[in-house]
Amino acid sequence: MPGRTKDLKLLEKLIEGALALCSSFSILTTLGIIAVLSFESVLFFREISISQLLFDTQWTPLFLEKHFGIWPLIAGTLLTSAIALALSVPAGLIIAIYVSEFAQERTRKLLKPVLELLAGIPTIVYGYFALLVITPALQMVFPEMGSFNALSAGIAMGIMILPMMASLSEDAIFTVPRSLREGAYALGASKLQMIVGAVLPGAAGGITAAVILSAARAVGETMIVAIAAGQQPLLHFDPLQPVETMTAYIVQVSMGDTPHGTLEYHTLFAVAMMLFVLTMVLNVISLRIRERFQRMYR
Amino acid sequence: MQAAVDARTQQGKPFIQPQGTTRPILARAWSEGIFLLLARIIIVSALCILIALVGSILVDGFARLTWHFFTSFPSRKAENAGILAAWTGSVWLLLLTVLCALPLGVGAAVYLEEYAKKSRFTRLVELCIANLAGVPSVIYGLLGLQVFVRALAFERSVLSGALTLSLLVLPIIIMASREAIRMVPKGYREGALALGATQWQTTYTQVLPAALPGIATGCILAFSRAIGETAPLVTLGALTYVAHVPDSLFAPFTALPIQAFNWLSRPQPEFHVNAAAAITVLLSFMIALNLVAIVLRAKFQKRQR
Repeated sequence: MPGRTKDLKLLEKLIEGALALCSSFSILTTLGIIAVLSFESVLFFREISISQLLFDTQWTPLFLEKHFGIWPLIAGTLLTSAIALALSVPAGLIIAIYVSEFAQERTRKLLKPVLELLAGIPTIVYGYFALLVITPALQMVFPEMGSFNALSAGIAMGIMILPMMASLSEDAIFTVPRSLREGAYALGASKLQMIVGAVLPGAAGGITAAVILSAARAVGETMIVAIAAGQQPLLHFDPLQPVETMTAYIVQVSMGDTPHGTLEYHTLFAVAMMLFVLTMVLNVISLRIRERFQRMYR
Repeated sequence: MQAAVDARTQQGKPFIQPQGTTRPILARAWSEGIFLLLARIIIVSALCILIALVGSILVDGFARLTWHFFTSFPSRKAENAGILAAWTGSVWLLLLTVLCALPLGVGAAVYLEEYAKKSRFTRLVELCIANLAGVPSVIYGLLGLQVFVRALAFERSVLSGALTLSLLVLPIIIMASREAIRMVPKGYREGALALGATQWQTTYTQVLPAALPGIATGCILAFSRAIGETAPLVTLGALTYVAHVPDSLFAPFTALPIQAFNWLSRPQPEFHVNAAAAITVLLSFMIALNLVAIVLRAKFQKRQR
């Protein structure tokens, strides 16, 4: 049946082509994001110079008197992310060490689903928690704190990132070979000394990658900061005051009725472009470090 | 491993700092005890936070979960407002996203695992998937705004929303499906190929059925993330006041997380109660999906044993 074989071969080719087309969508999406962001950003930079962006200290594109200094948004993003990381990195690392070196099977079996659940909760829920639970609780300690502030948003974001930080660090710790641990014990180290002296340095690459990935997550997080951190682009580093992050600005403009093609509309994409580049750089660095780390123990 | 040790000794530092070992045994036991205490405190607080998180929302919102709440449209009066448009919108979004993202994602995964040879195309695809997984979700919203809402003129419709969410979950689906396909033993493929099956026949009759539970688990988790997403739909320009159930692909829509966000951004506490109730519905829906995934995973593991 030469005819049938030929048909079959053609069909096989067609299917392979269709499947290749499916996977090309990821390239198209990447190109699409880059094209959309750069196209609209160019329109922004036609009207606003880079020096205005970098040397102005006010960000008021939605006001009558417009200023386009990006620093308030960057400061807001850095402040909330720093709070989130200050909480999630040490806590995540301690959980990872405990789970991989100390915990019994029972604890591990209990902890895994809890972390998975925490990781699966939508960010709007964390936003609700930050605004209506964390902020009132913190106001008992800091009565002068407003209802929108960087601290609550940062704390909620830290809780959100914690599961990812813990599980990535646990993976890194798991990669450290047993011989390294045994070597440390042979030198007379206690368990904690073994961890500090052998496991943590051995897992340093993987842990660094985890921290950077968490930072990228924090920088890109949107709903928590849009709900709980406020929408006032002020240049300061006071965690009790409201701030506006890059992502929260994007939400703020999207919620309003900004006409297509105006300068305000272009700012949306210029800010998104910076956000995209920032998270992309962080992701690529993290990916590289992790690759090198995994190669080290192969 | 050897290389790592060498690199460390080359830096001129001894592997274990010696001063630690001279400390008395008691101090060592103490430091370990303190660490364990700290770790347990953190873990217990994580548990408590999870309980507080879900508990606070349940307590606030449970009283609002009446039949009326499910069958009414949003209203300016908090006690009359409901989530009919929001939950129907979420269901539409979920179904359409599954319809778009599932074939594309699984197809891409099959291509990368079963067909692709090491080429520049494959390398580029893999690089893009890895990077797309880390792009913040707001940015997908802007992509959807420019491509689906404006360029393709789908307007702010259910279709635009679903396509945007599909692009967002595509990398996750591809990664999960690849993992599941990779777990299928090589013998399955070799057996089929030896019997004269073509590549696609092998994939379709042997590899995919064996990988199905794994693919399903990963995809359910991805879709449960998709229905909880707020930011991309907000940037897409999804409306917050919709007083009808979506009846076509091009109908304007709202969704549960958007409705909750809208109520949450109002100053009146009565609307916050509504937000809590809407979030309760969203969470129950997601937990149901996750339970299905857990059951599937358990079944899958049993069969493998």
